[in-house]
Amino acid sequence: MIPELGHFALIVALLLALTQATLPLIGAQRGNLTLMAVARPAAQGQFVFVAIAFGCLAWSFLHNDFSVENVARNSFSQLPEIYRFTATWGSHEGSMLLWALILAFWTTAVSVFSRHLPDDMVARVIGIMGLVSTGFLAFLLTTSNPFLRLLGDAMPADGRDMNPLLQDPGMVIHPPMLYMGYVGFSVAFAFAIAALLSGRLDAAWARWSRPWTTVAWAFLSAGIALGSWWAYYELGWGGWWFWDPTENASFMPWLAGTALIHSLAVTEKRGAFKAWTVLLALTAFSLSLLGTFLVRSGVLSSVHAFATDPARGAFILGFLAVVIGGSLALFAWRAPKMLTGGRFNWFSREALLLSNNVVLLAALGTVLLGTLYPLLIDALGMGKISVGPPYFNAVFVPVIAPALFLMGIGPLARWKEASLPDMVARLKWALAISLATGLLLPLTLKGFNAWASLGFSLSVWIALTVLIGFRERLKNGGRLAALPRAFWGMQLAHFGMALGVAGITLVANYQTERDVRMNVGDHAGLAGYTFTFRGTTDHVGPNYRAARGTIEVSEGEKPGGKKLFVLHPEKRIYNASGMAMTEAAIDPNFFRDVYVALGEPLNDQATTWVVRIFHKPFINWLWIGALFLAVGGFLAASDRRYRIAVQATAPSNAAAQGA
Amino acid sequence: MKSRHKKILVILLGLAGLGIAAALILNAFQSNLVFFFSPTQVAKGEAPTDRAFRIGGLVEVGSLKREANGLTSHFVVTDTAKSMPVVYTGILPDLFKEGKGVVAEGKLGKDGLFTATQVLAKHDENYMPPEAAHALEQAAKAQTTLVK
Repeated sequence: MIPELGHFALIVALLLALTQATLPLIGAQRGNLTLMAVARPAAQGQFVFVAIAFGCLAWSFLHNDFSVENVARNSFSQLPEIYRFTATWGSHEGSMLLWALILAFWTTAVSVFSRHLPDDMVARVIGIMGLVSTGFLAFLLTTSNPFLRLLGDAMPADGRDMNPLLQDPGMVIHPPMLYMGYVGFSVAFAFAIAALLSGRLDAAWARWSRPWTTVAWAFLSAGIALGSWWAYYELGWGGWWFWDPTENASFMPWLAGTALIHSLAVTEKRGAFKAWTVLLALTAFSLSLLGTFLVRSGVLSSVHAFATDPARGAFILGFLAVVIGGSLALFAWRAPKMLTGGRFNWFSREALLLSNNVVLLAALGTVLLGTLYPLLIDALGMGKISVGPPYFNAVFVPVIAPALFLMGIGPLARWKEASLPDMVARLKWALAISLATGLLLPLTLKGFNAWASLGFSLSVWIALTVLIGFRERLKNGGRLAALPRAFWGMQLAHFGMALGVAGITLVANYQTERDVRMNVGDHAGLAGYTFTFRGTTDHVGPNYRAARGTIEVSEGEKPGGKKLFVLHPEKRIYNASGMAMTEAAIDPNFFRDVYVALGEPLNDQATTWVVRIFHKPFINWLWIGALFLAVGGFLAASDRRYRIAVQATAPSNAAAQGA
Repeated sequence: MKSRHKKILVILLGLAGLGIAAALILNAFQSNLVFFFSPTQVAKGEAPTDRAFRIGGLVEVGSLKREANGLTSHFVVTDTAKSMPVVYTGILPDLFKEGKGVVAEGKLGKDGLFTATQVLAKHDENYMPPEAAHALEQAAKAQTTLVK
């Protein structure tokens, strides 16, 4: 009964989405207030019904209703309750339902926090989001119904269990976070389309769209970081970024989104780059959809590719074509009518932000090329190829480096026209210190290394320019707490980049690892630690059995040093699937991680194992950096000026037009 | 310098930067493409011996042997028509099993031994890497044509 209720709620939601997508848009075009007024209730109703559908699916998972095919495939009676709940989005169908739920959530958020917006703008934005919702709900109902039943003999006694890799706290929050970001770009997209439709592309439009975009970007940053963190400790390979196409699928919208939040700043403050900003908003959401297509259609081999069903791939590809094609056509038709405002000099904050955008998009292009080329070659039947991490590392790092350098200058440069000698005077010490650190620090570590030098210089450079930014704002008196939240947010996010770059540089250039064969009582030395293997014991978990190893770690690379801590890596076999999984053990701290994972037993008594040991310097700075990005984003979006009611044509816009 | 000249200079510098970036990218792209060959293609001598490539198929049942150090393993990859020996040093992924699909990246020696630098992990037991599935399909097709 409950699954049928969910199915029915989903159908009602689709009907409401259709209403939401048609009536308000017609109303806005004709100036009919009654039709426009449909937008808010339709959006909120749609959210309620998608939430009911989601709740029904979650109920089926929690109550082990194995007559539901989706539950039978992805859950198991012995699965702990929290994972039975997260299994709701652990499958293809459930994951798409979460997509639809989050889209409906964002739409409802827009409908609530848009009191100060003109009615036709609200109607258009909600209408466009309704179109996207309609597409996704239709996709769910026609190709990926999560409520299909297995009746009679087809109903299994127990489920097949959730993929063990997903039975992890990181996976509880990673998908919702990532989707909040992915889907959040639909708001920026809807604002851009609404502005194109109405022909009112002004500073007010940029101001409305900015906080939404920044919040989505902050969620996406956190979601990507969580995914990377999960891969690091759960896959047992010690890597934190593999340039896997599914990772790239989330990274590309992030790059476009980063360019977008910077370009929106120029459009809001100076009225310039309007067409460019609109194009970026369309790009960011299109890349989110492309990512969904790549991950969901089964063209990629990964943990995300649940099933290969050509109908699903075809549906999303068709949807992608309609969204990208339609929005670009609208752009081509409307963009020439847009007034460009705000002239600026070649050396000014506008010009620097434009350069930042060009660099980010170039970096995005390199990732897109490496991700899509193998698929294209395969689709054309020209053979099978793959593009691995060496390509991305060789290309992405040098291409993105200028953007990191510009990050230091941009926030300190004046709008319209900055003076080069003045900038040199303000920044010469920061430049000298960062160059000196870059040259000297690698020498004290392991000898000169050009990549490490570049990384250290850029990291110190960004951190110092953030400090200069604060000092200059406080020069004429004033308190830290009185600085606007937008300023704090930007500086925190930039500082997060400094931390992240430092972490990446250190871990990429100075990590050490060993694969060793160990008998009970054997020692192995690495990076100033001795690892002593004390054998394994049998351990029984809720839905798995494990061999739990005991590895003592002591000081110094020779045995006999002071005992520091004990690690318990596991090798698990899951009951339902019989799947083996490595559970690494990590001793983290602020300056390094010590990471051990069990390979395989080499004899039948399981007294000899292959053990993998890593020493990862400063890896945690990466996640801390990402946390700063997210916190910075949320802080900036909560800035006071977004909450003050703005008139349709803000005074700052008039000033920008006149300048 | 006049502002017009400055503008031209900036544009030229920008174009030069883009040109360098494009050259860098295409060069890296060209040298980092990894091609895929099935054991049948390798047996026909289609695979290069001077650069790394990927192979895929099934791990032949009973072929997995370990050297005394425990870290180096030998196994045979087959597409049911042809098979080839592979050697790999390191920890094999959790889901590496005899009789299951596998994809390995590495170089082919003159003696026909494939030295793998990477054996690709799968994420799900029932999942067949597309490259391995492709190799099996090709071999199956070739065999049915022979029978006809």
